[in-house]
Amino acid sequence: MARPIRILVAKAGLDGHDRGAKVIARAMRDAGFEVIYTGLHQTPEQVVEAAIQEDVDGIGLSVLSGAHMTLFPRIKELLVKDGAADIVLFGGGTIPGEDVKPLLAAGVAGVFTPGTPMATIVDFVRRECGKRVGA
Amino acid sequence: MTKKPVSEKKTKTDGHTPNGKAGASPQPGEALWRAQFEAAPKRPGANDRTISDHPLKPMYGPEDLAGIDYERDLSYPGQYPYTRGIHPTMYRSRLWTMRQFAGFGTAKQTNERYHFLLSQGQTGLSVAFDMPALMGYDSDHPRALGEVGKCGVAISTLQDMQDLFAGIDLGRISTSMTINCTAPIALAMYIATAESQGVPTESLSGTLQADMLKEYIAQKEWIYPPEPSMRIITDMMAYCSKHVPKWNTISISGYHIREAGSTAVQELAFTLADGFAYVEAGIAAGMDVDDFAPRLSFFFNAHSDFFEEIAKYRAARRIWARHLRERFKAKNPRSWTLRFHTQTAGCSATAQQAENNIMRTAYQALGAVLGGTQSLHTNSLDEVLALPTEANVQIALRTQQIIAYETGAANVIDPLGGSYYVEKLTSDMEEGAERYFERIAELGGVIPAIHAGFFQKEIADASYRYQREIESGERIIVGVNDFVQEEAEQIALLKIDRAVELEQCRRVADFRASRDEAAAARALSQIAAAAETDENLMPHYLACVRAKATLGEISEALVPVFGRYREAAVI
Repeated sequence: MARPIRILVAKAGLDGHDRGAKVIARAMRDAGFEVIYTGLHQTPEQVVEAAIQEDVDGIGLSVLSGAHMTLFPRIKELLVKDGAADIVLFGGGTIPGEDVKPLLAAGVAGVFTPGTPMATIVDFVRRECGKRVGA
Repeated sequence: MTKKPVSEKKTKTDGHTPNGKAGASPQPGEALWRAQFEAAPKRPGANDRTISDHPLKPMYGPEDLAGIDYERDLSYPGQYPYTRGIHPTMYRSRLWTMRQFAGFGTAKQTNERYHFLLSQGQTGLSVAFDMPALMGYDSDHPRALGEVGKCGVAISTLQDMQDLFAGIDLGRISTSMTINCTAPIALAMYIATAESQGVPTESLSGTLQADMLKEYIAQKEWIYPPEPSMRIITDMMAYCSKHVPKWNTISISGYHIREAGSTAVQELAFTLADGFAYVEAGIAAGMDVDDFAPRLSFFFNAHSDFFEEIAKYRAARRIWARHLRERFKAKNPRSWTLRFHTQTAGCSATAQQAENNIMRTAYQALGAVLGGTQSLHTNSLDEVLALPTEANVQIALRTQQIIAYETGAANVIDPLGGSYYVEKLTSDMEEGAERYFERIAELGGVIPAIHAGFFQKEIADASYRYQREIESGERIIVGVNDFVQEEAEQIALLKIDRAVELEQCRRVADFRASRDEAAAARALSQIAAAAETDENLMPHYLACVRAKATLGEISEALVPVFGRYREAAVI
């Protein structure tokens, strides 16, 4: 039997809006994934270090400060640099529709804008990160 | 018209569940109504609970007023316990202050927005700072990368503050500043800016949020742990009561607690519990409650469940009055009165069919007015995705003006007073809050409850429940889980150019280059030394600002003394 999917829920940057991150973390836990939450105000370096240390299959990044165009690409860059490019990077927050395409082009596997059902995100994680656990 | 037999009716209303079983031969009056009500089908989607999960009856009646004594529990506007309003005249003599929260980009850009808002009939200013300023970092700090000017205006230096208020007479306008852990620095910069305009500090009026307890509970912007943060706040209260007497030193905020996902009663209870904690801290610091309690103000959310919100504001006034008079023995009626600002619920706005947010905002704002707010911010339709454009802010401001001048809502004081439903909900809210006060007391008070993660868990539980109600379709959000429109909405959003960050970093560097380096360093070492004693820190904050130390430098100077807060995060 495949092991459970492991996900790091991360809050990078300076904003303290953790409602969405916590709701998604609970939804993923209820879906049977192992969920680790970084807590607030992490640097991209801290997020990537935690992801590698915890050997996660995916990073779910929540950004509501408007800094998404800086933080997502930086985390992706660090993952590649540290030889962990196979960790699936996805996330959401107050991200305007027009920023979604550039983020996907920068290697973010999924971008979820406000109002996305929890089930959509859980399905995405099961599909994308499931490949990594060999489910 | 033929009367259908009950059995046929049941098969015709497939998917409907009847409200209950019909009783035998009911008498006219309550019994007949109940029989008819229970025999009728229930509309799918009709909620038996408020948005906050508070149980509802389908109708309220005279029995719901039992136990309410008019003189004791409601009384007249301007009279204890102020359930019906804090002023005898309310909006009959003066409307609420229309105060739109604004800030983005550089101080100069925001200054232009302020001039626009004032020219459009806005009657007070409200500063939104960017994340680095809120967290104690200068714009050129590595941790500020990508955040400068995004969520609010970038303020690192006294020069930034002076540019923010260029051409605005600080002796004539009231200014609200939404800032917490760096609040004493913002206040010092504001005072120094007023000095440079020749305005005496005694005539300054405005509000500082400076509510650190709700930061640990909900908004999560901090530098130092709760205990030193409380000391800084009591220092500000003591300083302002002497030197800036018209300044509201704390805006005790439920807004962020609600945005983080709390229920209405949690917002009410946690906010007032924080308020009591500040009163206790002030008294413990040796002040008389009547020296500072009149300058405490509140800030609540206006969410979508209309009547529940109105009841919340009414209950808040009554609870505060009772506790301040009975428990804290305040003598000055101004200490008993709960004055509050309201903002419509950002978390209720939807990215889908964003124009619908105009309607949501209007109903929420009407609730705040019917609840007797002293000032109001109406969210713009685009705030779910970005800071608002000028055109959208104008619609939001016009929404308030329409309520004020067209709806008639401001003509009669507390127009819903006496409503069976609203009075019952008001009493329920008060009882619910009192139960929370007991639980908080059992945990040892607000700060021990924060360390135990109590508030954080209560809020997370409530927000998860709410989200599941939406996903299951139990609760309908128009445009999100029903009445969905396929094509993506295209609304024009305000863009904060990357150039803002570069320009701001250059401004901060220029400011540092222009100063007497030794004087700045001296002021910084003096505030750190004072922090080791119980000397009031506020004069030291002013000395640092006058010596051109920056917001980031002043914040950092106290870290070796106070330490840095780390939250034990719980999911």
